[in-house]
Amino acid sequence: MSVLPMKRVLIIGLRKDRKQMLELLQRKGALQITTTKADEDEENDVFKHIDMSSAKTTFDKNVVLATQALGVVDAVVPPQGGGGMFAGREKMSLTDYQTHTAQREKIMEMVYDINALAKKRAEIQADIPKYEAQLEALSPWMQFELPLEFAGTKTTKAFVGTLPNEQSMQQILEDIHKNAPTVEGVDVSIVSASSEQTCVLIVCHKNDAATLEEALRRMNFARPVVSGGVPTTMSAELQNRLSKLHEAEESTKDKIASYASRRDDLKFIIDYFKMRSDKYEIISGLSQTKRVFLIDGYIPAKDANALQSLLESRFDCCIELKDPDPSEDPPVKLKNNWYATPVEGVVAGYSLPNKFEIDPTFVASLFYYCLFGLMLSDAGYGLIMIIFCAVVLAKNKNMEKGTADFIRMLLGCGIGTLFWGVMFGSFFGDAATKIATTFFGVTEVPNYFPFAPVWFDTIKEPIRMLGFAFIIGLIHMFTGLGVLAYMDIKQGKILDAIYDVLFWYMLLIGCVGLLLTTDMIASMFGLNLNLPPVFGTVMMVMALIGAVGIILFGGRESRNPFKRILKGLYALYGISSYLSDVLSYSRLLALGLATAVISQVFNQMGTMAGNGPVGIVLFIVVFLLGHTLNLLINALGAYVHTNRLEYVEFFGKFYNGGGKEFTPFKENTNYYNVQE
Amino acid sequence: MENLGLFFAILGAALAALLAGAGSAKGTGMTGQAAAGVVTDDPSQFGHVLVLQLLPGTQGIYGLLVAFIALQNLGVISGNIQDISLLKGLSYLAACLPIAIVGYISAINQAKTAVASIALAAKRPDQFGKSMIFPSMVETYAILALLISFLALNGVSSLTF
Repeated sequence: MSVLPMKRVLIIGLRKDRKQMLELLQRKGALQITTTKADEDEENDVFKHIDMSSAKTTFDKNVVLATQALGVVDAVVPPQGGGGMFAGREKMSLTDYQTHTAQREKIMEMVYDINALAKKRAEIQADIPKYEAQLEALSPWMQFELPLEFAGTKTTKAFVGTLPNEQSMQQILEDIHKNAPTVEGVDVSIVSASSEQTCVLIVCHKNDAATLEEALRRMNFARPVVSGGVPTTMSAELQNRLSKLHEAEESTKDKIASYASRRDDLKFIIDYFKMRSDKYEIISGLSQTKRVFLIDGYIPAKDANALQSLLESRFDCCIELKDPDPSEDPPVKLKNNWYATPVEGVVAGYSLPNKFEIDPTFVASLFYYCLFGLMLSDAGYGLIMIIFCAVVLAKNKNMEKGTADFIRMLLGCGIGTLFWGVMFGSFFGDAATKIATTFFGVTEVPNYFPFAPVWFDTIKEPIRMLGFAFIIGLIHMFTGLGVLAYMDIKQGKILDAIYDVLFWYMLLIGCVGLLLTTDMIASMFGLNLNLPPVFGTVMMVMALIGAVGIILFGGRESRNPFKRILKGLYALYGISSYLSDVLSYSRLLALGLATAVISQVFNQMGTMAGNGPVGIVLFIVVFLLGHTLNLLINALGAYVHTNRLEYVEFFGKFYNGGGKEFTPFKENTNYYNVQE
Repeated sequence: MENLGLFFAILGAALAALLAGAGSAKGTGMTGQAAAGVVTDDPSQFGHVLVLQLLPGTQGIYGLLVAFIALQNLGVISGNIQDISLLKGLSYLAACLPIAIVGYISAINQAKTAVASIALAAKRPDQFGKSMIFPSMVETYAILALLISFLALNGVSSLTF
């Protein structure tokens, strides 16, 4: 219900206790430490800052290395199960933490080992294709029994190489004759031929070598890309090398896999160095002398005494608690009951309250689940949301607070959706009616939920729903104005409450009352109120008083009376924004219709094949796919537009925000949560 | 030519699904590209940018909704098609136009806003709540158009000429 009051804390501790005290504070996570920059104590000789950035860099590097090692292990042995995205951090006892900490050198050795193995494996993996390519290049020469570099005998010259495309002996001889008519006695033997190339051995007399070489060049003759001996021997050697590489690859992989059982140690070391890095960042920002150090910060008042006695019982230190100075802007932490807490995230998404404002979470939560429910308004979808959220909450006890709050908010929204779904008679659209008439041959559909609405059907009576949406909108906005009045009165500005809220109430209620007396509205909404004529007069007078009040006092900050009245007139013009705000609530009808009509479309499509095996299968498939899609898209729409109504139409009336979030010095870890 | 009324009515339904759907297709395409760019850099942003990508997708649904109601009122879906006058058919067409045209334009402009919001959410993930509001401002007009199309269709279907 409120913003937690904060205390300013000043702790003076001994340097020898610094490590233990900061670790204790980090585990408790209750204190936000205000760090200062080193250049701020240039003026005095007593306090100094100690630069810990190099140690912090080492820790950060270790975090990176350990994360890398964990990634390597995970890639070889994918982690089993895990708890998924909702699992949250595992709890770890302090003794466990200490035993793990004692082994940190060993764990880091393992990290280096894993990273070295990963590097080795990468090198091997890069070598394998190289040898495979050589083997591939060798394959057309496998029939060749001489070394590939064979140059000829005493009197002959041999050319070993390839010619483009598939060529016959005849063609090659003709080509040679064409290009080197003088050369005779050429011997051509074809080693292998494929459509890309023909591998040949060409032998001639040594005297003709130069001419023949020239001719061959013109024929695009090329030496083999591999060399180093007789192809069969080379191939055997390459095969041998490759199998050794594969073996080595397997063995490094097995070695990496053997570390999978120590994954928890890797996770621990990541968290450990992350915490130390955070701690050293804090130390760099503390003022210290030779023997003592100072911690300045904020703590919620309710935790202050507990922390004070804890610290004083364990260390020799001096702790001073005081209320923040009115000029200070202490960080903001919200505290709400079980009903409103899930909506804190929505408020924080807008802005936290500044120090003059109250926490709007509770009033916002009064409407949040209801507005969401009106927009999604399907009992089936509401049930699915409730079951999903309840299962997730029950299965993940360690869930982080932020995630758990969001799931709880969805749970609340699911209940709202279920409620309005029952009211408007929507259960997966008109699924119940469609199933009954198509598959069970029911002709007379019963007159109760889920066949009929408890209240009224929004598709059949959209205007009634529109009117209801406007009424909800007016209540929502009037509540917003009411909160403004409450804040004004709390700060003793009673006149402001009258000028800014009471006059608007009078004007708006008067206008709504006047509208009710007109024939247009009465016939549009089918109302038959039979209002006495005096009602209209009362409303008119009330609206006029409100309007005059706004003109006179809307611009009260201006001294100049002429300017003041002009500003007042402008303030009165603000009534147009009230009109658009009310119309904005028509989205309650439109989004509700979107859900209802689209689910009817899917039900209709599903029942198109009529009764029978095919019809039933078609219905099930269309039902599952269609409603999943409809639920996801419309839940998203309802979420966005509920936020919009709260942020723009509701917060716009009274709330500015601008408070800074309370960010305590705590364990900012990924996997473990160390507890005393 | 006596069935021209039916033709115009179906044209209206088609335009509603067609223009609003085309706008949403274009819009979600634009936002999807921006969202994919963000996720290459920071995969943890997926949930946030997905929400922003889908925002211009609703116009297509509104168009579908109006088209479906029009077709249902005409009896096209159930198979017993009504014979309606030219004037009534043209009235159907007119009733469908708000969501068709506003749907198309608002989807594309909402997509432009959403692309900017995706950039905002990528740079400052803590401001996601606000980044969602800017595109939803544009959507208001699609919702108003949907409302008018829906109310007009409701009125037209009870015309007796």
